[in-house]
Amino acid sequence: MEGIITSIVPNIGGAMQSFDYVAPKSAEEVSKLLAGTNGDARILAGGTDLIVQLREGRRTAKLVVDIKNIPELTQINFDPTNGLRLGAAASCFEICADANVIKHYPGLVDGIQLIGGVQIQSRASVGGNLCNASPAADSIPALIVHNAVCHIVGQNGERTLPVEEFCVAPGKNALQQGEFLSFINVPLPRENFGAHYLRFIPRNEMDIAVVGAGASVVLDEHKKQFISARIALGAVAPTPLLASDAGAFLTGKPVTRANIKEAARMAQAIAKPITDLRGTAEHRKHLAAVLAERALDGAIERAGGHHGE
Amino acid sequence: MANKVHITTTINGEETEFLCEPRQSLLEVLRETIGLTGAKEGCNNGNCGACNVILDGKLVNSCLVFAVEVQGRNVTTIEGIATPEGLHPLQQKFIEHAALQCGYCTPGFIVASKALLDQNPDPSEQEVRAWLAGNLCRCTGYDRIVKAVLDAADS
Repeated sequence: MEGIITSIVPNIGGAMQSFDYVAPKSAEEVSKLLAGTNGDARILAGGTDLIVQLREGRRTAKLVVDIKNIPELTQINFDPTNGLRLGAAASCFEICADANVIKHYPGLVDGIQLIGGVQIQSRASVGGNLCNASPAADSIPALIVHNAVCHIVGQNGERTLPVEEFCVAPGKNALQQGEFLSFINVPLPRENFGAHYLRFIPRNEMDIAVVGAGASVVLDEHKKQFISARIALGAVAPTPLLASDAGAFLTGKPVTRANIKEAARMAQAIAKPITDLRGTAEHRKHLAAVLAERALDGAIERAGGHHGE
Repeated sequence: MANKVHITTTINGEETEFLCEPRQSLLEVLRETIGLTGAKEGCNNGNCGACNVILDGKLVNSCLVFAVEVQGRNVTTIEGIATPEGLHPLQQKFIEHAALQCGYCTPGFIVASKALLDQNPDPSEQEVRAWLAGNLCRCTGYDRIVKAVLDAADS
């Protein structure tokens, strides 16, 4: 979803640019179609961003390639070796209703379920949320702290890219001309893993994050010490950020309030927010530390640890 | 201009054919080509829910669906909610609870509520409020709508 306020731009005349539409049946066909265009093809998954952007002239297209009829791009598969495979066009609704996702990836559900209301969840895909590359996208920090990896198909085969490297600027991703996102792989969580995502918005529901924060931890067998941790922030920079130093700081440290606060402070230090209609840079900077700490608390709790003292 | 595409789909239980341009939304085609004007254009960008229809059992904003996407699918609009025998219980309860004033958002709310009750016949108040969070109403303050839906679920 684009911004509630930015999108109330009057659509004068309501006329949308013309384009052709095609709904291929296989990923190979998608590759061929993209190869035959000059970068003026757009992939359509749920359309909740693309259709609005085309209507408002914020993106252009000569060809719209609907990938929802391609089973391998809509499937949600889980196996205990490879973890979770989210087809790029799998809808938020299907993902959040999947028994394996609910069981093994509740921290992912935290982020995905916040993307719009029921009507948006029915259509919007996590792949699309990622490709749209909004700095405030709720699924992206959650994917980053789960070590998720993008599988990208291009004319010369497949390549992979960690999610934290996928967004390169607001609205811009790392896909080269002729490439498309095929699926996202989310590795199987290790023993004593926990993850959590949350955001701040000025109302209860249906808004864009002022700041979002995700965290994941792996604790030792006694749940007293961090084996590893990852913290990611949204809406505090041109792209979602992985706070690598903050996560590395916790490695080998005991689970104490002081260590959690220090990691949150280190995450805050990399936040370079701007002031816009959703919040001021100062407010965002403050929120980054508060939310990073709460995300860590939630992750520790899910891992079975205590964050009380 | 792109060529028009021939689409065959099922709308409110009836097989329906139409011609559309790829750029046209399902909402536009429903209202302007097929003549089903119950779904309303509010924001035309997925925020308000006034254009809600049920597509293969899933609640969607018809302004965020291209008409060409519904080839071979199943669409239910507000016009398909009542039967020749009478109003749907949701419609009846919206009247009894005065769950509307201007009425512009009402088709969207009824369709959204129908989609809720189809998959959760006995929702809690919180579930109703969460489900309807994607539908905007500037008249009622929502309370009467929530009460109408809960009452329809009971009946």
